Amino acid sequence: MLKIFKHLKGLSWPVTAIISLLIIQAYCELALPQYMSEIVDIGITQRGVPDSTPLLISQQVAAGVDFSKIQLDYLLNKGSVMLAFSVAVMLTAIAVAFLSARAGASIGRQLRDKVFKKIVSFSNAEIDRFSTASLITRSTNDIQQVQMTAIICLQMVFKAPIIGFGGVIKVAATQTGMGWIIGVALGTILMIVIILMLVAMPVFKKMPVLMDRLNLVSREILTGTNVIRAFGREKYEEKRFDTASIDLKNNQLFVSRVMALMMPLMMFIMNGITLAIVWFGTRGVDYGDLMVGDMMAFITYTMLIVMSFLMLTMISVMLPRAIVSAKRIEEILKTEATIYDEKNSHDEKLDKVEGIISFEDVSFRYPGADEDALENLQFAARPGETTAIIGSTGCGKSTLLNLIPRFYDVSAGRITLDGIDIRDITQAKLRSLIGYVPQKGVLFSGDIASNIKFAGNWISDGQMRNAAEIAQANEFINEKENHYEAEISQGGTNISGGQRQRLSIARAIAKQPKIFLFDDSFSALDYKTDIALRKALKQKTKDTTTIIVAQRINTILHANKIVVLDEGKIVGIGTHEELLKNCEAYQEIANSQFSEQELRGDKVERKALSTPECSSGFEFESAIGGDGCKNE
Amino acid sequence: MSEKIKTSSRPHRAMGGPGRHGMLPAEKAKDFKGTIKKLFAYLGNYKYAMLVVAIFAVGGTVFNIYGPKVLSRAITELFNGYMAKIMGNTGGINYSFIANTLLFLLFLYVLSAILNFVQGWIMAGISQKISYRFRRELLEKINRMPMKYFETNAVGDILSRITNDVDTIGQNLNQSIMILVTSVATIIGVLIMMLSISPLMTLIAIVILPVTGILLGFVVKHSQKYFTDYQKYLGKLNGQIEEVYSGHNIIKAFNREADTVSEFAETNDKLYEMGWKSQFISGLMMPVMFFIGNLGYVAVAVIGSILTINGAIQIGDIQAFIQYVRNFTQPIQQIAQISNMLQSTAAAAERVFEFLAEEEEGLLFTANAESQCFRNGDVYKSQLDTASQVVFENVHFGYDSEKTIINDFSCDVSSGQMVAIVGPTGAGKTTMVKLLMRFYDVESGRILVDGRDIRDYDRSDLRRNFGMVLQDTWLFKGTIMENIRYGKLEATDEEVTAAAKAAYAHRFIKTLPEGYQMELNEDASNVSQGQKQLLTIARAILADNPILILDEATSSVDTRTEARIQKAMANLMAGRTSFVIAHRLSTIRYADMILVMRDGDIVEQGNHVELLSAGGFYAELYQSQFEQTG
Repeated sequence: MLKIFKHLKGLSWPVTAIISLLIIQAYCELALPQYMSEIVDIGITQRGVPDSTPLLISQQVAAGVDFSKIQLDYLLNKGSVMLAFSVAVMLTAIAVAFLSARAGASIGRQLRDKVFKKIVSFSNAEIDRFSTASLITRSTNDIQQVQMTAIICLQMVFKAPIIGFGGVIKVAATQTGMGWIIGVALGTILMIVIILMLVAMPVFKKMPVLMDRLNLVSREILTGTNVIRAFGREKYEEKRFDTASIDLKNNQLFVSRVMALMMPLMMFIMNGITLAIVWFGTRGVDYGDLMVGDMMAFITYTMLIVMSFLMLTMISVMLPRAIVSAKRIEEILKTEATIYDEKNSHDEKLDKVEGIISFEDVSFRYPGADEDALENLQFAARPGETTAIIGSTGCGKSTLLNLIPRFYDVSAGRITLDGIDIRDITQAKLRSLIGYVPQKGVLFSGDIASNIKFAGNWISDGQMRNAAEIAQANEFINEKENHYEAEISQGGTNISGGQRQRLSIARAIAKQPKIFLFDDSFSALDYKTDIALRKALKQKTKDTTTIIVAQRINTILHANKIVVLDEGKIVGIGTHEELLKNCEAYQEIANSQFSEQELRGDKVERKALSTPECSSGFEFESAIGGDGCKNE
Repeated sequence: MSEKIKTSSRPHRAMGGPGRHGMLPAEKAKDFKGTIKKLFAYLGNYKYAMLVVAIFAVGGTVFNIYGPKVLSRAITELFNGYMAKIMGNTGGINYSFIANTLLFLLFLYVLSAILNFVQGWIMAGISQKISYRFRRELLEKINRMPMKYFETNAVGDILSRITNDVDTIGQNLNQSIMILVTSVATIIGVLIMMLSISPLMTLIAIVILPVTGILLGFVVKHSQKYFTDYQKYLGKLNGQIEEVYSGHNIIKAFNREADTVSEFAETNDKLYEMGWKSQFISGLMMPVMFFIGNLGYVAVAVIGSILTINGAIQIGDIQAFIQYVRNFTQPIQQIAQISNMLQSTAAAAERVFEFLAEEEEGLLFTANAESQCFRNGDVYKSQLDTASQVVFENVHFGYDSEKTIINDFSCDVSSGQMVAIVGPTGAGKTTMVKLLMRFYDVESGRILVDGRDIRDYDRSDLRRNFGMVLQDTWLFKGTIMENIRYGKLEATDEEVTAAAKAAYAHRFIKTLPEGYQMELNEDASNVSQGQKQLLTIARAILADNPILILDEATSSVDTRTEARIQKAMANLMAGRTSFVIAHRLSTIRYADMILVMRDGDIVEQGNHVELLSAGGFYAELYQSQFEQTG
């Protein structure tokens, strides 16, 4: 927990100020019962005459001396001092509230800022290691948790020991001889808290597990309504849900009953302490060791000590959660991105970029994996040509593509751009040359224009429109009410999957890159759009290097070079016709995608296969159109 | 449906801690009164228990309040005895009186603790039982809801009603009722006790009350504004975080790191400002209340002392009165908190009741008059033959009663035939399936299965005759064995294995760690998409239903896996009437009947050859594949 504060600045003076203020506050607060006791002992018992005895006073009263003015003066005097202290307490408390609120919020802000910057600097390797979902929780809930705990600590936790300590000093000063009562009280409370924790903790810890279980079962039922109904499993599911629900009920019941026990028990202990003090105090008064007012002050001090003790035990329950959160944040902050810019970058050599990407004996292994995901890849992609990568799911196609913009760095060998190792180029320079289109159209909240111009504001409106046109997005954009200003919600959920994909293609085109990377990007488009898009793109990519990852052969029939991947290795390079003749893996893929009849080639299909320019498909779904998002 | 569902957790649940509690403006229920009334109807089932809770709560409070008054007697006695001793008068401290008083007090405190504990015990029981009941009713409701509801409502929304909302109700009910009862009892009790000590001093205490109220109102009002803004920016910030992290690659590929960071910093600054302001204003409450408390303390001390001199009250009374003044302001703070708590309870309860009041499947009949006569009595229940004849007769249907999308569709499917449904995404291919399974009912016309209107079957009996393999592979967290067995709960292990073999799933299952006993995780992400598909096929094979529905079963697997799944599906379709929502030409080609859909309606029907020679939409689409890009 404390480690994390090393990352934070500007906290030492507010914390020092808060602690000083708290000490002043505690001093004032603890002075109050003393005044109260003086008011009772002197103001009332001795009619406001300090250096006297009740006996003397009563004799004087009997003799007819009028003390009423002296007494009132005394009471008002002491009362105003008391109020002055109260005001001091209030003011210091407000100052503490102000400082701690600002310090707490500042902790949150600094942590958020640092964590966010750090994560933005992460490469995919680090993101994968933590998982996106976990990074999100760490940046949101965990920081929130630390911030809340920090504020509570500043406002209350520091105060509790100060008050407790001060209270002990005060009690010692009164010399009532009843200090042992406080010891017994604290001991009892500690024991009860420990026993309850021992009993309740295991049940407590099970709570989130049971909650998750209920969540999971509910989610399964809700997502599977059609299957459940088709199989007539409603009763079965009800039973499954009921089990989870009853488990949760029993668990929550136990926990809330333990809590129901806790409150009255603590209340009783406090009341019991008061009774004990009165009983033993009575003796003290009787023997003349103690004044009644002292006893009352003692009660108040005892309560303050007990309360601050209870506060600390409560915090000790809360703290572990915050510590876990702090550790999770710390983990991020101490992780260094594995991909960084070399000090001596060779950006200047790339004044005039040709765009030859070549893989030189490249191997790649995911961090922590046992085997290479890619092994000894050797090929080159040239400007003006289309290089396609094909293979079945999990063969490493997308991984290969991710190496080019340095989302990951190669484990062995090297990738060069115009002969320069891409690790010797700054990431910003390298990426500025690349137009990357991912498998899923990821958009950002804003409007259509801000998404297409994502590469930078240097893109003119004309270039934006042109890009949208090539990506076949202009039609649906023009149908929108605000055209290019039409709002895009977070993740682009307010437009269809096909439209998202077209915008993400337009985004890459607008960047006017030297190298295009398409990661299976056309599969979400319907057939007609696909053809039109690629026709238009052809003009645009005359002297750019285009690398396409694909699953379906029909998407890449026209490629100048097809690289066939199987289990991370290149098993064939060539054109469609060549591979069909000499590459077994390619034949297998082809066989699974074309019927035998089609492969033998009747009239229509032969035409399709023999025309490299034609990017036709045999897959009916894409042929008859649609946006390709999952059906219904 | 297979995408991950985010459980919508309202952000403020993640926070909490002192100072915040009751500060956030609660979500408001649309109909607060009505909802609370309904909620009380639920509580009505426990009215005797509730009565006990109320009595015990009042009892516990009263004893607690009575305590200081009794204690004051002991202190007065002590004081007087002490004075008497000092004065040299006869007597002295009456130990036995003080002992008796203290023992009596001890008894009171024990009683009070017991009452409070029993009350808390019962209340915890009631609120948990109610939560449980809500959950149960919600689930049973889900099973009675029409499919339409699940298509138009986000899963996350329903999920949050089952979990978050019910939880809110349970927890708040437990606390708010207890606090409400005790607070009211405390205020009244304290007031009485104070009056019994000194009406004059009570007046002072009461004067403090409105001051407290005004200050409280001020703090709540202003901090609420900032808390609302804080929540807003927190939501915005979380949105940015989510967006940037999940679009990480794109941010990098487009060199947007710096812009992203500066956008984030802007929101972060706003959040900081709202954060400390809201925190500070709500932090004002405690010191101000403390000061008011002390103001009362001094006032009571000064005036009390004067009164003591006059002999109007005893010295112990001052001590008692001070405690009462402290007790007096506390319940007022609590009630302010509760009003917020009640608001959020009502909002949560309203969402639960809303769901419970949704229209159910059974009420969705829009059947024609002819079949109405069958509906109530004669329900056909028996299992259908292994292959069934399906007839569509002049079917009209529209999701929206205003807009009919299927106009007068008729078609005969003999038993064992295969029907393919094709069309662009969004053309409504699954509509036919939904009608067939009675997820929706036809507007007019009828659908006959084995010569009988499907509306004359018991809904669940009808559905039991369909086997389904869908694009969205629904599997649950559990072993592979359990997941396949879901098709037929009473199946033996051997039957499950046989089904897996027929589905070409046996081999890959054997290669998994623990084989059939391997536990699928949430979202079943520890097996591949293609493997999931094979498992659902195995499940359908095991279920052995006469009519099969295959809905884009292979759309998201690679082609080699697809080939294997095709083989498995061929096994499955043998001898069964099947409806295939199609993807691949080679499959469709051999269908006995192809239904071509466009914009929701069936525009053509016939077999491949017929449709091709008809030269319509199908032929056009088919030919368009071979156009040249130039």
